[in-house]
Amino acid sequence: MNNKIYDVIVIGGGPGGYVAAIRASQLGLSVALVEDKHLGGICLNWGCIPTKALLRASEIKHMLDNVNEFGFSVSNIKVDIKKVTERSRKVASQLSAGISHLLKKNKVKVFNGFAEIDKNTDQIKKVKIKSKDGINTELAKNIIIATGAKSRNLPFVKSDGINVWDYKTAMTPQDLPNSLVIIGSGAIGMEFASFYNDLGVKVTVIETLTNILPNEDEDISKIVQNNFIKRGIDIKTNTSLKSVKIDNNSVSSEISTDGINSLIKSEKLILAVGIIANTQNIGLEKFNIKIDKGHIVTNEYLETDEKGIYAIGDVTGGPWLAHKASHEAILCVEKIAGLSNLTPLDKSSIPGCTYCRPQVASIGLTEKAAKIKNINIKVGKFPFIGNGKAIALGDSEGLIKTIFNNDTGELVGAHMVGPEVTELIQGFSIAKKLETTEHELMHTIFPHPTLSEGMHESVLDAYNQAIHY
Amino acid sequence: MSINILMPALSPTMEEGTLAKWLVKEGDKVNSGDLIAEIETDKATMEVEAVDEGVIGKILVTEGQESIQVNQPIAVLLINGEKLSEIVIDDNIPEEPKPKKNVVNDTNNEENDLPSLSEDELISEKTSFVQKNEVLNTIKSNRLFATPLAKRLAKQRDIDLSLLTGSGPNGRILKIDVENFKEEKKSQVDNIPLSNNNSELIKNSSMRKTIAERLVKSKNEAPHFYLSIDCNIEQLLKARSTINSKSNDEYKISVNDMIIKAASATLLKVPKANASWENENTRYFKNTDISVAVAIDGGLITPIIKNVEFKGLLEISNEMKTLAQKAKEGKLKPEDYIGGSFSISNLGMYGIKEFSAVINPPQGCILAIGVGEQRAIVTNNQISIATMMTVTLSCDHRVVDGAVGAEYLSKFKEFIENPSLMLL
Repeated sequence: MNNKIYDVIVIGGGPGGYVAAIRASQLGLSVALVEDKHLGGICLNWGCIPTKALLRASEIKHMLDNVNEFGFSVSNIKVDIKKVTERSRKVASQLSAGISHLLKKNKVKVFNGFAEIDKNTDQIKKVKIKSKDGINTELAKNIIIATGAKSRNLPFVKSDGINVWDYKTAMTPQDLPNSLVIIGSGAIGMEFASFYNDLGVKVTVIETLTNILPNEDEDISKIVQNNFIKRGIDIKTNTSLKSVKIDNNSVSSEISTDGINSLIKSEKLILAVGIIANTQNIGLEKFNIKIDKGHIVTNEYLETDEKGIYAIGDVTGGPWLAHKASHEAILCVEKIAGLSNLTPLDKSSIPGCTYCRPQVASIGLTEKAAKIKNINIKVGKFPFIGNGKAIALGDSEGLIKTIFNNDTGELVGAHMVGPEVTELIQGFSIAKKLETTEHELMHTIFPHPTLSEGMHESVLDAYNQAIHY
Repeated sequence: MSINILMPALSPTMEEGTLAKWLVKEGDKVNSGDLIAEIETDKATMEVEAVDEGVIGKILVTEGQESIQVNQPIAVLLINGEKLSEIVIDDNIPEEPKPKKNVVNDTNNEENDLPSLSEDELISEKTSFVQKNEVLNTIKSNRLFATPLAKRLAKQRDIDLSLLTGSGPNGRILKIDVENFKEEKKSQVDNIPLSNNNSELIKNSSMRKTIAERLVKSKNEAPHFYLSIDCNIEQLLKARSTINSKSNDEYKISVNDMIIKAASATLLKVPKANASWENENTRYFKNTDISVAVAIDGGLITPIIKNVEFKGLLEISNEMKTLAQKAKEGKLKPEDYIGGSFSISNLGMYGIKEFSAVINPPQGCILAIGVGEQRAIVTNNQISIATMMTVTLSCDHRVVDGAVGAEYLSKFKEFIENPSLMLL
C-alpha cells in the first residue's frame, strides 16, 4: 500500500469535525476529513442555523402584529411559508459553502463518503470510505470520530415526513398546518412551538416532566410557560404520549396526564424527544471502544479506550451542543499535537441557549441543583421590567437570575429569559471561566442603557444592593 | 524574518526550567554570545547566550515563570531591522522537539546522563552558608497569578498561595488547585501529631526534588554494602606540609586534594571498582573522573575533576577551588557535573569520624572520608599516637563485589600511608 499516512483523519464535518480539522492543520498536522452528506453537519444544515433563520421570520411576524404600538399601521399581513423556508435554506447553504472554503484554505483533504474505521497496525488505523465512486482506503495515526447524532423516534411512532415530522420536515414546511402537537419541550420543541405559534398555527406541547425546558431553572421555565400560555399555546406537562393514530391527514394522539387519558387531534405532529448518537456501521466494534447509553465513552481529553481514537461532540456524552463539540475538537487536537497546559472541559461551564420567544440562556447550576449539592447559596433576581433599554425596545418580559455560593462568592449559575439573553450569557461564561467572585462582577462597569445592565443588577440583588429594583 | 528564542535544553535530562532572570529587555540590541537570561533547572542556575544578532522584539515569558518546556519560545528576536508588528508570534511548542544537545557523555545509556549528586557534602574549606536561597526568592518576589475565587478561597482557608502550583493557563492558580491543596494538607494533619505548630512550609526547589528522586532511586535499586578502613595519615600530612612550605603562598594543597589523587591512583590499580551498572552491561571506565560532593545552598552537587590520573596535585587543587566556587554560585555547566566514574564525599571538616554515603548512580562506588584525628594505636605491642582517618566505601553489589571493594580500600590505605607511591 503506498497510501499517505495522515496524522489525523476526522470523521464527520459538523461543528466538531470541521473545527478539529482546521485546528489540526493550524498545528501543522496532516489532516483529512470524511463527510457523508454536507459540510457543517446538522448544526449548520439542519439545526442551529436554519432554525435561527426561521425564528427571525416569526419574530418579524410578531413585531408586525404589534407594530401599532410603535406608531405604525399595517394591514393584510400574509405569511408565505415557502419563502420563509427558502430563505432558511439559503442561509444554510451559504454557510456550508463557507465551511468548504475554510477547509480548502487550511489544506484539509475532504473526502465525500461514509467512513468505516478498521485496524491496520498497532500505530496506524485504516479508514474505508464508501462513496458513489466506490471504496477507497486511507491511513491515519489518529482518528477523531465526530459523527454526531440523529433524532430519536418513539417505539410506537416514527417520523414519516408527512404527518409525523422530525426536525428536518419541521423546518421545511411547504404549507402551514392548522394545528400541531409537539412531543418534547426541550430546546428544539420550544423553538418550533414558538415559531409555528407566531405564524398562527394552533400548537400543543406535550412534556412528561413537571416543567417545560426541564433542564432550565424552574423560575425561568415558569416565565416561558406563562408567556406561551398567554399566546395560546397549550402546554401539557406531566403528560405522556400513549399512542398515535394517523388517518386522513390528521393525527390522533392519545395522551395521559396524571393517569387521566385523553385524545388530541392535530394536522401534524413533531417528535422532539432527544437524540441517538451515530455509532452504527462505522467500525467501532473492531476496537476497544466503550459505549455507554448509546454514546462513546472518552477520557477528559476525548480519547476512547483505544489509543489514537478520539470522539467528540454529540456522539459522546452530553450536553449535546454545537459549541461543546467545537470546544472538544480543539482540546482533542491540541492533545494529539502534544501541546501542554491544556485544561479539560468543565461541563459545569457550558452555556445553553434556546431561541424561542422569549429567549432563554443559562450557565452552571440551577437553584434546585445547587440546593441538592448542599451549596449555601445567595440568589439575585432582576426582571427586565426594571431595565430602561428593555422598556424602550418594547420587550421587557423576562428575568435574570444569578446564584452565588454564599461562602465563597463563586458564581454558581446564571439563568436568563428575555430579550437577546442568548447574546448576553457570554458575559457570565467569561466570569465563570475567570473564576470571578461577586466582588469583580459588582465592580464591573456595564454600559447604560443596555440590556446587560440587568446582569449587573441581578448580581447586586444577590447581595441586596440592587438599585433599580 | 524574526527568530524565536527557544527554551534551551541545558542538560540532557532537562525537560523544563524556570526563567530565573531576564538580562535583557524588549528593545535591547543583542549580539551573538551576549547573555540574555538566567535559567534555573533542576540542578543550577545557568546563563543563556544569544545565538543570533538582532533586537529583542518581545519577551514571551515572565521572570520567575516555572515549568517552561524545552523548546518553548521564550522571546522573539527581530533581525534585519524588522518591527514587531510585522511578525506573528507563535508560542506553541513545536510538536517534535529538536534532539536535545548532549553535553558531555557519548554513552548510550540514559542513566549515565543523569546529573551527579549524592547526599553527602564536601567542601574544601569551611564556609558559612549565608547566601539566600535564590530559588525561593525568585518565586516569592514574582507576581502570583490566581483567579479571584482562588485568592478568596486561599484567604478563607489560610493557605499561602505561593505554595500552590497553578493548573490554569500560564500556571494561573484556580479554585481546584486551592481545594486540592487543602486535601493534601489535611491528610498530613491526620497523620502527624499537632505538636509542631511552629513550623514553616518551604516549597521544594526543582534541585531538591531531583536530589530526592535520585537518592531514592539509588537506595531502592542499588544493593549497597559498606567497607571501612583506618588510614594513618602522618606521612600524608608530612608530605603536604613539605609541599605547602615551598609554595610562597602561591598554592595550598588540602588533604582532600591528596585524597582525590589517591582515589584516582587506586582506581588505576583496581579498575574493577571504576565501574557503573547499566542493566544489560557493566561499564568499566578507563579514565578516572572523580565526582566530588559539594554542599551548596539548597542542596548539593558533584562537580567532576576529569582525568585525575593525568593531573598533579596543584592542578587538582586549583580545579577543585574553581568548581566549588562555581557550584556555590550556581554557575556550573552541565559538563561540569554530569558523568564521573567514582565519587568522594568528605565530612571530615565537621569532625565526623566515619559515615556511609549513598551511591551516586549509575556509579558503582562512593568513598566517604571521615576526620583526621589523633588516636591511640597499637603497633608491635606498643601504644602510640598517630593521626588516623577512617574511610568507608559504599559499593553497588551489582558491579562491585566484596573482594573488589576490599582490595580497593587496602590499596587506597597503601597510597595514603605511603604518599610517595602516588608518584609512580
